[in-house]
Amino acid sequence: MNINHHLDEATLMSYSAGSLSQGMALVVAAHLSYCSECRERARLSDAVGGVLLESLEEQSVADDMLASILSQLDQSPPDLADQQPVRTPPSFIDPEIPAPLREYVDGSLDQLPWKRIVPGVAYYDMPWEGRGVSRLLRIAPGKSMLTHTHHGNELTLVLRGSFSDEVGRFQVGDIADLDDQIEHQPLVDSQEDCICLIATDAPLRFTTLFGKLVQPMTGF
Amino acid sequence: MKSKPPGDDVDNIIQLKHAEMASADWSALLGRLASKPDKSVYARLFNHFAPKVKAYIVRLGVALATAEELTQEVMLSVWRKAHLYHPEKAAASTWIFTLARNQSIDWMRKQKYPQYSLDEWSETASEPGQGEQSVLSDRVANAIKLLPENQAQVIYMSYFEGRSHADIASRLDIPLGSVKSRIRLASEKLKQSWGGDAYEH
Repeated sequence: MNINHHLDEATLMSYSAGSLSQGMALVVAAHLSYCSECRERARLSDAVGGVLLESLEEQSVADDMLASILSQLDQSPPDLADQQPVRTPPSFIDPEIPAPLREYVDGSLDQLPWKRIVPGVAYYDMPWEGRGVSRLLRIAPGKSMLTHTHHGNELTLVLRGSFSDEVGRFQVGDIADLDDQIEHQPLVDSQEDCICLIATDAPLRFTTLFGKLVQPMTGF
Repeated sequence: MKSKPPGDDVDNIIQLKHAEMASADWSALLGRLASKPDKSVYARLFNHFAPKVKAYIVRLGVALATAEELTQEVMLSVWRKAHLYHPEKAAASTWIFTLARNQSIDWMRKQKYPQYSLDEWSETASEPGQGEQSVLSDRVANAIKLLPENQAQVIYMSYFEGRSHADIASRLDIPLGSVKSRIRLASEKLKQSWGGDAYEH
């Protein structure tokens, strides 16, 4: 897959550190499943974690922990199930849905119970509560997201279709990794609906009057 | 070490070696466990890594008694998942770090930390050669010591305290953008120490 827009290094480091919110980590993991270049970078960030683990001053564990584990080993054979995930029969795997997202989305993107915000814009929330937003967003061709800025970071990963904004054109697998320095208005420029997986670590701030009016309704 | 051969001299040599074991040796040892379940090999890995895993979990803010339980779970999964480990893909410390990270977060959030999954590592193209990962780990260890204080601080707050960019920004009373640029600068230096190409995009 030809990926043109990648993860910011600071986002990738925080993913490896385990310090991203659930929603942001999901978008990162989903992008990594598309992008071998970012996967390679993530391996290095993980290695930083390994080095830091090695550098820690040891904290003693109970004397009998090893004995207790050793006694369990015979009942705990190697976890061969891990080698071949059997969560979903292969025939039902929708190639449009990146592996990390399959935990939360059954079936295809079209079968989701989309909720309409305004004509041409619908969303599906991820099943967890958090400080920021974590949802799939579906926008019709020619429609645009409301102009907005953020207090924090915003990740947008394209799963279907494409959009353009002040930064560039984003197609399937591309990620827009933005922070509060940017005010933007993504416009869907594909023939079909554009479906994105998005996450923010703080609520969005709409900058148009209309946005300010709908904000309380949509929970953005 | 429970599996010492008899004889004082041999003991001493083994003790010395044990103390000096570099990252590469632990990776080789975990690699042995990957190819064949062996309790004595596992015990050596346990003695080295369990106290570090516990230290990591405690630093994340988990209470001591729970940290003890979680450490046991992580170390048990080292045994159960060992066959998924490839020494040429990651140092032992890296692999065990990701297990400890994922299981700690899963426990703290009661929700699985989204992963691109360890097994997918085996699909990654352009792997460095065998054994290199561990040598590189040693270089990164040196590079971390050389980071300027304000860059090391954001790295520690991210990896050891699990703090988000926004959280770090408010704790240090600096703009979000400064947190991110410090992390980027630190990352650039650490990744340069791998001797690879530039990673900017």
